[in-house]
Amino acid sequence: MLIAAILTLAVGTYTMRLSGVLLRDRLELSDHLQRLLPMAAATLLAALAATAALMEGAAPAGIARPAGVAAGALLAWRRAPFVVVVLAAAATAALLRLAGVE
Amino acid sequence: MVAVGASFGAIAIAYGMPAWVPFLMSTAVFAGGAQFLAVGLIAAGNPLAAVAAGLLLNARHLPFGLAVSATVGPRWRDRLIGSHLMTDEVVAFTLAEEDPARRRRTYWLIGATLFTSWNLGTALGVWLGGAAGDPAALGLDAAFPAGLIALILPSLRDRDTRVAALAGAAVAVALTPVLPAGLPVLCALLGLGAVFLPRRRAARAGAGHAEPGAERTAAVPGQAIKAGPSAESAVGQGGGAADRAAGRRVETEEAPC
Repeated sequence: MLIAAILTLAVGTYTMRLSGVLLRDRLELSDHLQRLLPMAAATLLAALAATAALMEGAAPAGIARPAGVAAGALLAWRRAPFVVVVLAAAATAALLRLAGVE
Repeated sequence: MVAVGASFGAIAIAYGMPAWVPFLMSTAVFAGGAQFLAVGLIAAGNPLAAVAAGLLLNARHLPFGLAVSATVGPRWRDRLIGSHLMTDEVVAFTLAEEDPARRRRTYWLIGATLFTSWNLGTALGVWLGGAAGDPAALGLDAAFPAGLIALILPSLRDRDTRVAALAGAAVAVALTPVLPAGLPVLCALLGLGAVFLPRRRAARAGAGHAEPGAERTAAVPGQAIKAGPSAESAVGQGGGAADRAAGRRVETEEAPC
């Protein structure tokens, strides 16, 4: 199941990439759609980030994880490098847990 | 790019995936956002949602392909290989060049560099993730959403994208307790309604100057009905939360734009 899912995703993604390259003269996407697709991508990723940050299964994720994510998000907003964002988020959550805050 | 790939590898391992999963994804899928999304949804136990969301996410490569088609060139070998190297970054760098020859050089150089560094990064991450101890004690669960936020933040500088993303995120979080794993993230696409439905409705009514908040409250439940009767009540609930989130955000964020 896992390998089938990954391969389906891979083949589907490649097909969309190649279709654009091959269909250049025969396909015209509306401006509306051209604008919608990147927005849909950002929306899906934002939803994943929010649920992964705030929820653990069907229940709220507690304090340490959202606090860590918030620290990372703040640094990202201040245009810190990617590594700094990720490490700061992990370190904040880890230190809070070390201090007994879940 | 090495750092992002390394986070991907480490996070996939922290989520309990076998080591071949991040390697296969990084070589065969080669799309950062979709890989993170897929690992998150597979870990949540819903590989079907992982495929659906990943393909939706990558649908943007179709217009990318149209845009860089002339740069990739007419030869089949170039088209077949060049298509696989297509990412947000390589398209952005390529289209930033004016001269066709420079465009072509940029596409292949950046594409090959990113593919190499992405896969080296993944390997580094898998190695680090395997060497590390308890993921929770190390805070790796917080690293994943923070990395995603860092990835999408540039696109959130666009106001409409930000409204859609925040509304969608609110919908997803609100639906997480009531829907099976993976579906809330797909339902986040309803957040796009917060941007497009009010506008279309305003255009149809000929009321260009209508108060945006009032339009939006009417629009989101309208979207919910389309989602089908079984999900209607739950989606309506989420829509309300999204609506409030989007409304609040529009009010507070107007100034910096």
